[in-house]
Amino acid sequence: MPKCEQFNKICAKLDSCEHYQKFRVYWDKVLAMGNDSLEKTIAIATALCLVCAVLVSFSAVALKPLQVHNKELDMKKNILDVAGLLQEGSDIDKAFAEKIEAKIVNLETGDYVEDMNPAEYDQRKAAKDPALSAAIPKEKDIAHIRVKAKYAKVFLVKEAGALKSVILPVHGYGLWSTLYGFLSLDPDGQTVQSINFYDQAETPGLGGEVVNPNWRALWKGKKVYAETEQAGSEKGLIEAAEIGEPALSLIKGVVDNSKPGSQYQVDGLAGASLTSTGVTNLVRYWMSKEGFAPYIAKVRAVKGVKS
Amino acid sequence: MSEILNDETKKVLIEPLVDNNPITLQVLGICSALAVTSQMSTSLIMALALTLVTACSSAAISAIRNHIPGSIRIIVQMTIIASLVIVVDQILKAFAYEISKQLSVFVGLIITNCIVMGRAEGYAMKNPPLASFMDGIGNGLGYSLILITVSFIRESLGSGKLLGIEVFKLTKDGGWYDPNGLMLLPPSAFFIIGLIIWAVRQWKPKQAEAADFKILSIAHGEGGHH
Repeated sequence: MPKCEQFNKICAKLDSCEHYQKFRVYWDKVLAMGNDSLEKTIAIATALCLVCAVLVSFSAVALKPLQVHNKELDMKKNILDVAGLLQEGSDIDKAFAEKIEAKIVNLETGDYVEDMNPAEYDQRKAAKDPALSAAIPKEKDIAHIRVKAKYAKVFLVKEAGALKSVILPVHGYGLWSTLYGFLSLDPDGQTVQSINFYDQAETPGLGGEVVNPNWRALWKGKKVYAETEQAGSEKGLIEAAEIGEPALSLIKGVVDNSKPGSQYQVDGLAGASLTSTGVTNLVRYWMSKEGFAPYIAKVRAVKGVKS
Repeated sequence: MSEILNDETKKVLIEPLVDNNPITLQVLGICSALAVTSQMSTSLIMALALTLVTACSSAAISAIRNHIPGSIRIIVQMTIIASLVIVVDQILKAFAYEISKQLSVFVGLIITNCIVMGRAEGYAMKNPPLASFMDGIGNGLGYSLILITVSFIRESLGSGKLLGIEVFKLTKDGGWYDPNGLMLLPPSAFFIIGLIIWAVRQWKPKQAEAADFKILSIAHGEGGHH
């Protein structure tokens, strides 16, 4: 057994090392001391901390690549899911590489930023970097996020050269947690395709139902921006929006699809008014001029064919 | 010798299930029992993680019990427990990402779970490593038993599912079962655990504690003024 031999060799080397011998002698002396002596207390505490530190750092470093991979995979899965391209059992990495294109958008101007690599840009990290983020004035901060990154990473789905969907990252505060998610829109920048939240810690079964596929299906075909006066209906959790402003909101109870304005409404989550308000606010915030409105305007202007 | 060990092992493994259950008799570890029992899958992982941590930390603490200075006893125990919990958390994030997302902070909170500390202080400090390991497993299983029972009741009545699989068709999906929203909130676990404690103490009256104070009848109370 070559491994055993090597191990024995290392042991032999250690045994012959003067410092190690001294250490052994000292350690035996410490162990023989009374448990309550000051020296033993300090020696035991030091030794224990060393052993534990090695254990913890070893597990953190050794498992890091797997964890990073899991996180990326989860993100890709969510993007594919919101684009309606997720198939059970398919290779997520491959599907993502084939169908989804990531782009960096300057939120202020709405233009694509070509000199940044989307694969390396992390919007959540950028929001914490003073050079890449901006504080949001309190009166405009309806999503309660305080700072936002100046650049957002959006995802485009194209089919035969034509833009099929635009996937926007959105986040905002619910009841307990910040909800992070994606909103996918038709190229008209107006019609919702789907929404999903990949990171949230709302009450399971109540606010946590934001991940329920049945509820998420209600978003399909809803409109984001108010086109007529009656947009915000009397039942809305949040007051009506002006024309051209984001009007989409969650309401209390079930939406009556025959009523005018119902295209801007989604059923609220039962027993979770605060999470529902949070979702309304974060969608409205990110679709407003503070968020993606400049970008959406440009997407519309080029009819989604700009490469 | 081996027989004695077997008896002891059996005792520490089986007693915590009902006779000396950490939750129902010792009333420890209630906090996480309230928090993670709204779904069976999270309860199962939590139970597994806690059992592993209790067993391993008890064994490790027991192995060095003769050398732990009394003055930093609790800190030494906490350091060992905390390190193990971080390792478990890292492993979950690497191999069970979905579950670790759902459990979020609760894995970290195993560190403060009273059962782990209770067994370290109450058993591992006085007994050899193997017995302590078994004691940890036993208490972990006792905790698991209650957690799984509570989550079984909460998930089935609260969302009509078990382990995420539908058992009662909900009215909102066109079925017959109108879920009980209270079951999804932490207080429901209080009621369920309370009922379980009551049932166990009816079954094993020995577990009922003597009352600290006797309620005097009014006649007695007046008599007491003399």
